[in-house]
Amino acid sequence: MEQLGIIERLQSAFGETLGVWHASNSESAYARRMGSFFQVSDPARLLELAFFLRDEPALAFDSLLLLSSVDHGDGSLSVVYHLESTVYRHQIVLKITRPMAQARVPSVTSVWSHANWQEREAWDMMGIRFEGHPDHRRILLEEDYPGHPLRKYFKEPDFYHGMKVPN
Amino acid sequence: MPEILERNIHSHSLLHASAPVHLPDRVEPKRLHTEEMVLNIGPQHPSTHGVLRLEVVLDGEVVVDVIPHIGYLHRCFEKHAENLTYPQVLPYVDRMDYIAAMSGEHGYVTAVERLLYIEVPEKVEYIRVLFAELQRIASHLIAIGTFGMDSGAFTPFLYCFRDRETILEMFEKTCGARFLYNYMWVGGLSHDLHPDVLPMCRDFLKKSRATHQEINDLLTFNHIFVERTAGIGVLDREVAINGGASGPMLRSCGVKWDIRKDDPYSIYDRFEWEVAIGSSDRGEPGDSFNRHWVRMQEWEQSLNIIEQILEQFPRQDATDVQSAIPKRLKPPEGEIYSRTETPRGELGYYIVSNGDVKPWRVKVRSPAFSNLSLLPLLSRGYLVADLIVILGSIDIVLGEVDR
Amino acid sequence: MTAIYQALYEFISRFFSPSIITLVVTTLVYAAIPLVFILVYGLVAILGEMKISAWLQDRLGPMRTGPKGILQPIADILKLLQKEDTTPRAADRPLYRLAPWVAFIGSYAAFAALPFSVAYIGARLNTGIFYILSMGSLVVVSILLAGWGSDNKYSMIGAMRSVAQIISYEIPVALAVITVVVIAGSMDLQTITDLQAGGINNWFLLGGPKHLEGFGGSTNFVLVPVMLVAFAIYFIGSLAETNRVPFDVPEAESELVAGYHTEYSGMKFALFFLSEYASMFAVGSVASILFLGGWQSPLGDTMNGPAMGFLWFILKGLSFVFAQIWIRWTLPRFRVDQVMRICWKVLIPFGLTAVAAASVIAVAIQ
Repeated sequence: MEQLGIIERLQSAFGETLGVWHASNSESAYARRMGSFFQVSDPARLLELAFFLRDEPALAFDSLLLLSSVDHGDGSLSVVYHLESTVYRHQIVLKITRPMAQARVPSVTSVWSHANWQEREAWDMMGIRFEGHPDHRRILLEEDYPGHPLRKYFKEPDFYHGMKVPN
Repeated sequence: MPEILERNIHSHSLLHASAPVHLPDRVEPKRLHTEEMVLNIGPQHPSTHGVLRLEVVLDGEVVVDVIPHIGYLHRCFEKHAENLTYPQVLPYVDRMDYIAAMSGEHGYVTAVERLLYIEVPEKVEYIRVLFAELQRIASHLIAIGTFGMDSGAFTPFLYCFRDRETILEMFEKTCGARFLYNYMWVGGLSHDLHPDVLPMCRDFLKKSRATHQEINDLLTFNHIFVERTAGIGVLDREVAINGGASGPMLRSCGVKWDIRKDDPYSIYDRFEWEVAIGSSDRGEPGDSFNRHWVRMQEWEQSLNIIEQILEQFPRQDATDVQSAIPKRLKPPEGEIYSRTETPRGELGYYIVSNGDVKPWRVKVRSPAFSNLSLLPLLSRGYLVADLIVILGSIDIVLGEVDR
Repeated sequence: MTAIYQALYEFISRFFSPSIITLVVTTLVYAAIPLVFILVYGLVAILGEMKISAWLQDRLGPMRTGPKGILQPIADILKLLQKEDTTPRAADRPLYRLAPWVAFIGSYAAFAALPFSVAYIGARLNTGIFYILSMGSLVVVSILLAGWGSDNKYSMIGAMRSVAQIISYEIPVALAVITVVVIAGSMDLQTITDLQAGGINNWFLLGGPKHLEGFGGSTNFVLVPVMLVAFAIYFIGSLAETNRVPFDVPEAESELVAGYHTEYSGMKFALFFLSEYASMFAVGSVASILFLGGWQSPLGDTMNGPAMGFLWFILKGLSFVFAQIWIRWTLPRFRVDQVMRICWKVLIPFGLTAVAAASVIAVAIQ
């Protein structure tokens, strides 16, 4: 299915207020396909949307390629979902943006188990909470590490457990 | 379900059955109490392939649960990338998947070129694909060799290294480095192909096909090896797709999915080759044996691709390999997810550009990270020895898992 | 009394007048001969393992120490001697220290009943083979001591595996031995060797002596299939008893780091190492005594005799060691349950059949 068709399908099922389509205007077809994204407005509906994307036979997004997080530098964080259907070979990108103070989105681990470690990494690196995650721990850093290093204004601590952090 | 798994699960449930057990009066029930044991494998252990730590809950020798602890090699590549210009990121890309640095570079430069919309000269594409396929063989040789070592066979490992040495020599002649190359640049290459490489490749094809046969005879079809790996750590097709498995791990389940074919990049659409998938000739699709078998087949397919490259290679083409390298690398505002097929699976780069010379955000979908996350699922109910075999069959590189 | 013992006694009596001291000194010197042999053989075997594995793996092996690297084992031993002898803090110290000695004593003691030649046997017991089998079991004790004493989970798992494996594999090994004992009618290894005099034709692998009364003459060729089965069982069982590939699950490097000797270093580790190599030779030489004529020359009376006996015996033993090394660097490892399955479901039924068949044939041809 074409990506615009997918969006129409979603909006007919969830209403026009579901989100906004941001099309890429790149010259390359690949960048248009993999660079356009659908900005979901309401995180509360994310889980429902995820189940719909996976289970609707005409969409069948059975694979979560990547879950990434972006700090926009203006006090807001985004979670980006790259989805793909191995049946129909179409892809779509979803994006949810939240203010830093309310960096909480529902976990999609129950929909795609691939999200398990990816969400842990997003929590570890960007400090985004995933509500309903079965194992919400840090993954790469120590459990007591101060802060989330991929945030733009993260400042490396001078000392860690009494050890000088080299520059 | 293999006999061993059935028996293990059975015996395990027996030990934990809550049904009352009738014991003779003189035996104190407390004395028959059994406990699960936590065995800490790694981060320094011969078969964790780096600094991986596994917390294994054991009941006797049966694995009840595995909790992988990663991050011992974490260098925060993504933070580094945000503070460097696009070409400067490249050496750090090498250090992620250090076993297959060329493939990682190929993925990164493809992503940036797609973001910038640069067309690369045909000759450069041929050299890139040639090196990416050689690197795929080199990486699979390590995977096959260490997998043999995990199952107790040491000798095939050295036969694999003998062949890998020839590949590294070709890389060394061309760009001076044997391991971390910084060879593929955005829009071009750091050096032109060394004139010796093509003849060396032709010799290598012959030699490597013989080694392939030798490894098959010595390891793949060895009865003990098949007994050890067939039916061990079976990954279900749906679980594999849902859990983000890719590369040989996904193909071994019988899924015909290879980015080189299904979402072609570079010039892969010019070659004829087969996507290797797991079969039920020995073992069952998705088990450790088939993960090894898919790698063996891919080795052969890569040789086929290299053979076609040698036929098609534009030898008369005197294009400068650096002619398409942009003087000032500043992509337009936007974002892209670009993916390539590395030896371990789907390597994706999600790059967000804000129109600056430095990327705003680079997020890596590292195949080893995603594949490793399936380990607990694969190894429950098997023995410790099987856990090691399963881990070996996933073929992780900790540099890429931890980034 | 063997010829060598008498020669030693006469030589030593020149220095000591009271005969009791002479007796003690002679016995000590006589008993030390296998020890010297083990130490020298150990060096050769270590070099052999390195060079044979290198040859199998298309590389050179050690080349820097001495001509072609032949001094490498000496350098290795010197390195081991200098190493710090560590003991884990939580170890059960007495058991931890005892274990390597028990291992070495077990392997060394087995050499007492091995007939190196007509002129040399440590102790000619009429239950010689029985004694060797029971000394082999002593290794189990040391492994269990090491596994328990180290206070290490890897060691403990390795020890448990090893004990289960060695105790199980003693049964098929014993059955294979009984097959020969039934035909030979003796458990004395020197007698068994004597019976096989007169060349390759009279070896028990090929049915036993053709020239002696009571062995059915040349009709004992019917025993060949039985003996081949027994020989195969003995060889496979002996690999398992010495924890060699493909049965090295107790020290499986990729899983258990080094199994029961994970925590050992320096000289204690060297003792385990030496004991393993000594056991390899011991089981190999027992196989050669039972099936391949021991110190007897394969050519009958040519090149036979007390001195040549040593040569043949060591040559046959070393060829088994070579086979074990060859197998080690070729095959992958079995899983622990597969090891046990092979023992109980394959080797023991075949072993029982071999004993029964040998008994029936023995009655029929005698």
